[in-house]
Amino acid sequence: MERIKKKMKPLAGNLITLAIVCVLFAVVFILVETGHATRHMRAMLVPICINIILAVSLNLTVGFLGELTLGHAGFMSVGAYAGCLFSIAMKDILPMAARFPLAMLVGGLVAALFGVLIGIPVLRLHGDYLAIVTLAFGEIIRSVIINLEFTGGAAGLKGTPQDSTFAIAFAVVLITLLVIMNLVNSRHGRAITAIRDNRIAAEASGINVTYFRMLAFVIAAFFAGVAGVLYGHNLSILSASTFDYNKSIELLVIVVLGGMGSIRGSVISAIIITVLPEALRELADFRMLIYALVLIVMMLLNASPRFAALKGKLHYGALVDAIRNKANKEGKAHE
Amino acid sequence: MKKIFALALALMMVLAAFAGCTNGTTEPTEAPTGTEAPATTDPTPDSGASEPSAEGEKLVIGGIGPLTGDYATYGVSVKQGAEMAVKEINEAGGVNGLTFELLFEDDQADAEMAVNAYNKLMDNGMQVSLGATTSGACIAVTEEVQKDGILMITPSGSQKECVQYDTCFRICFTDPDQGNYAAQFIADNKIATKVAVIYDKSNDYSNGIKDNFVAKAAEVGLEVVSEQAFTDQSRTDFSVQLQAIASSGAELVFLPIYAQEAAYILTQAQSANISAIFFGCDGLDGVIEKIGADNVSATEGVMLLTPFAADAQDEQTVAFTAAYKAAYNATPDQFAADGYDAIYTIKAALEQSGAKPGDADFNEKMVAAMTAITVDGLTGTMTWSADGEPTKSATAVVIKDGAYVAYAAE
Amino acid sequence: MMDLIANLISGLSLGSIYALIALGYTMVYGIAKMLNFAHGDIIMVGAFAVITTVSMLGFPPALAIAASVVCCVVLGVCVERIAYKPLRKSPPLAVLITAIGVSYFLQSLALLIFGSTQHSFPKVFSVPTLALGALTIRGDMLVTLAVTTAIMVGMSLFIAKSRTGKAMRAVSEDRDAAELMGISVNRTITITFAIGSALAAVAGVFYGTTYGFIGPYTGSMPGIKAFVAAVFGGIGSMPGAMLGGILLGVIENLAKRYISTELSDAIVFAVLIIVLMVKPTGLLGKRVTEKV
Repeated sequence: MERIKKKMKPLAGNLITLAIVCVLFAVVFILVETGHATRHMRAMLVPICINIILAVSLNLTVGFLGELTLGHAGFMSVGAYAGCLFSIAMKDILPMAARFPLAMLVGGLVAALFGVLIGIPVLRLHGDYLAIVTLAFGEIIRSVIINLEFTGGAAGLKGTPQDSTFAIAFAVVLITLLVIMNLVNSRHGRAITAIRDNRIAAEASGINVTYFRMLAFVIAAFFAGVAGVLYGHNLSILSASTFDYNKSIELLVIVVLGGMGSIRGSVISAIIITVLPEALRELADFRMLIYALVLIVMMLLNASPRFAALKGKLHYGALVDAIRNKANKEGKAHE
Repeated sequence: MKKIFALALALMMVLAAFAGCTNGTTEPTEAPTGTEAPATTDPTPDSGASEPSAEGEKLVIGGIGPLTGDYATYGVSVKQGAEMAVKEINEAGGVNGLTFELLFEDDQADAEMAVNAYNKLMDNGMQVSLGATTSGACIAVTEEVQKDGILMITPSGSQKECVQYDTCFRICFTDPDQGNYAAQFIADNKIATKVAVIYDKSNDYSNGIKDNFVAKAAEVGLEVVSEQAFTDQSRTDFSVQLQAIASSGAELVFLPIYAQEAAYILTQAQSANISAIFFGCDGLDGVIEKIGADNVSATEGVMLLTPFAADAQDEQTVAFTAAYKAAYNATPDQFAADGYDAIYTIKAALEQSGAKPGDADFNEKMVAAMTAITVDGLTGTMTWSADGEPTKSATAVVIKDGAYVAYAAE
Repeated sequence: MMDLIANLISGLSLGSIYALIALGYTMVYGIAKMLNFAHGDIIMVGAFAVITTVSMLGFPPALAIAASVVCCVVLGVCVERIAYKPLRKSPPLAVLITAIGVSYFLQSLALLIFGSTQHSFPKVFSVPTLALGALTIRGDMLVTLAVTTAIMVGMSLFIAKSRTGKAMRAVSEDRDAAELMGISVNRTITITFAIGSALAAVAGVFYGTTYGFIGPYTGSMPGIKAFVAAVFGGIGSMPGAMLGGILLGVIENLAKRYISTELSDAIVFAVLIIVLMVKPTGLLGKRVTEKV
C-alpha cells in the first residue's frame, strides 16, 4: 500500500499540473472566443506557450540533471532556422497541416543533432565550466548565423509562413509536458536525478552516467528546437540577435524562479515572466526597474523560511497531510 | 524584518492584482480610458494641449521603439522627435479640428515585443501607426498592419521589407541607395581612390549600405583596400580595426554606421593619430553631440551625406533644434528628425484627404493621400511613391570647428 | 612586425581591464561561492560616479576617482547585505538569479537617471600618444597596463600576506572550519565585496578613459567577458583571473587582426572551449578530487 502510494504521488502531481494547464487553456480559449480578450492579451498567448516549452525543457537539464546550461537559446535558434528554412522551401509544395508539424520535427531533430555534437565535448565538464562552455557555443552559433548567407545574416530571415496559432502551440505544450513528465518519472528519469544527487554513487550503482547526461541534454535541445520553430512561425522575421545569452539567462530565470525540478513551477513562472513585462507597460519609464525589483523580491521571498511555510500550507500535499494528521489524532483520541 | 516582508508581500499582491486586471478582464472598449503611458509620464508636452481634446476628436498615433536596452537611444530619439511635433501641432490648434495623441511603447528592438506593443496600441485605439524604430521589429509589425489595413509610416525602418505592404511608408532612406550614392559621390568629387570600410556586421542597416557601397565602388573605380567589421558584442574597442586601416594605406574610411559607434571610432582614431578622411551616411547625424564637447576636435573634417543636420542654418531646423534642446536637454539626431517628420507627414496626409478617424474609409483615404502629398520636412522635401519609398535628396556636409558646413567641391 | 607589437599592446591593455574585473568576479566566487552577474554594472556605476563628480560638482580627477571608489564600495556592500545575504543558505543558482535581478535594476536605474544616450567620459589623465617610427602606441593604454599590473601585484601580496587576506583564503577553503577558527565569515564576505567593487570602480575609470563613452548598459559586455576570463583562468583562482583576462584581451585582438573581424567573437569562444576541453578546470584552476 505504502509503495503504491509513493508511486501514485508523482503521478497525481503530474495530473494536477496537466489539469491546471488544461483549465487555463479552456478559460483563455473561452475568453478569446467570446471576445473578452484584448488583442494585447491574445498576442501574448503563443509566446507564453513557447516559453513554457523552453522552460520545461531547460528544467530537464538544470533541474533534473543538475547542470547549469546557458546555451538554451542557441538550440532554440538552430531549431528555428532549420524549421523556418524548411517551411520556406515547402511553402508551395505541402499544405500547412502537413508542413508545420514536419517543420517542427525538422527543427527539433536538427537542434537535437546539435545537442549531440555540442554535448560530446561539453558534457565532459561540470558546474560553472559547463555553464560557460554552453554560453560560448550559444554565442558561436549566433555569430555564425549572422555571417551566413542563407540565414539572411544580420538582416534576418524573412518569408516564413505565420502558421503558429494558440491551439497548435498549446498542443505542443501538452506533448512536451507529457513526454518530459513521463521521462522524469521513468527509470531513465530516476537515473538522471540520481546523477544529479550524487554522480559517483550513481556511477557505482551501475548507471551509465555519460549516456543519461547526454539523453537529458539532447531531449532538452530537441524541445528547445521545437519551441524555436513555433517562435519562427509566429513572427514574420527571424533575427539571430534575439538568441543571445540574455535570452538563455531569461529562460534560466524562469526555471529557477519556478523551482528547479518542478515542472508545475516552470509552467507557472513561464507565464509570470512572459506576462510581467507586458503587464508593467502602464508604468512606462519605470517598467524595467519594477521588473527587476519584482524579480529580486520574488527570489528573496522564495528563500525566506516564512514564505516557504506559507507556501507549504497552501500546497495540496501538505493539506492532505494536515487532514490525515488530524484524522489520525482524532482516531487516537477515540482509542 | 517582519515589516520588510509584509511590504514585499503587499507589493507582490498589488502587482498580481494589477497584472490580472490589465491582462485578464480589461475589455477593449475600456482600455483607452486607462492611464496612457506617454501622455501621463511626460506632463509638459500635453498639459497645454489636452484641453481641446476633451470636446474635439482625437487622432491616436502609436509609435514603437526601444526605450530600454542596448538600443534605447534610437527609440527615445524617435519618441521625443514625434512628441515635439505632436505638441506643436496641438498648440497650433490641431488639424481639421482634430488633436493628435501620441502613444509610444517599448520593444527593446525585439520583434516579438514589438508585435505585443502593436497589439497593445491597437487595444488603446491606435488609428495611425509609426511602425517600429528598428528594421527587424518593423518588419514583424508590418505583418500586423497588413491585417488591420491602417496607415503605417515608419520613421527609421530602413530595410526593404519595412514597407512591403500597400499601407506602409517610410521617412528614412532605404539602405542600398545610400551605399550607391556615397560611392558615386566619392568618385565624382575625387575625394579618394583608396577606401576602407568599418561596418557593424550584426546590424542590417550597416550591412545593407556596406554591401552596396563595396559593389558600387568597384564600378566607379574606387579601390576598397580594407573591410573591417565589428559586432554588437564588440562595439567599443576599435584599436585593431584602426591599426589595420592605418597599415592598409586607405585615404578615406567609409562609416555606414550610427553616431555612437562613430564617436568611439573617431576618438580612438584621434588618439592613434590616424589621418584618413572619415565619411558617413545619415546614421552619423548627431555625431558632434554624441562625441561631447571634450572630444569635438576628433570630428574635424568628417564628411557625411545627410538629409538632416542638427546644426543646419535653415529656420525650421534651427527652431526644432532649439525647442528639442529646451525640452529634452539633448541635441536631436537623425532618429529624432525622422520621428518629427513622420508626424508632420501624417498631418499632411490628413489635410490632403480630409478624412475623419471615424470614417469607414479613413484608412483608404489616408493611404491614397500619401502619394499625393509633398512634405517639406527637417530631413528634406519628400514625396512618396505607391511602393512606400520616399523621394528626397541628401546633401554632403563637412564638419569644421565643431559645426556642419556644406561641402564645396574643389 | 610593428603591426603585431601595436596589436599586442592594445590587446594587453584591453586584457588588463578584463583582468581587473575578472579579479572581482573570482574573489567573490571563491569566498561567497556565487557568480555575481551584477559585477559588470558596478563598473558602469563607478564610471558614472566620475562623470557626475567631475562635470557637475567640478571635482579634480584624483578626488573624483576616490569618490567613485567609495561609491562603488558602498554600493557593493549594500547589494550584498540586501540582496545576497538572505540567500546565503540557498542554492547557488538562486543567488545567481538575484544577481541578474540586481544587474537589471542597476541598468534601469542608470537609464532613468542618465538617459539612454552615452555620456562622454572626462579625461581624468592625459598622456600623449607615443610614436616610435612606424609604431604608434596610445599613452593611456600604457598607463592602464602599468596601473593594473601594479594593482594586481598589490592584490596578490595582500591576499598572501595580510591577516584579512589569510582570512579570505581560509573562508574560501572551508567556510565552516574558518568560522570555528574564529574568523567572522560575514565580515570576510563583506570585505571581499568591498574590494571587488573597488576594483570594478578602478576598471570603470580605465574603461571610460580608454573608450571614451559610458551608457547605462556599458557594464554588461565587459562583465560577461570578465566572467569568461575568470572561468578561462580557473574560477576562484586569482592568478588565473589575471592570466585569463589578459589572454582573452590578446586573443581577441589578434583574432580580429589576423583572422576575421566578423568572426572574432566566435573565435574567442572557440579558443575558450578548446582550452577547457584540455584543462576542464581552467588554466590555473584547482582539480578537486571528488569524493562520495
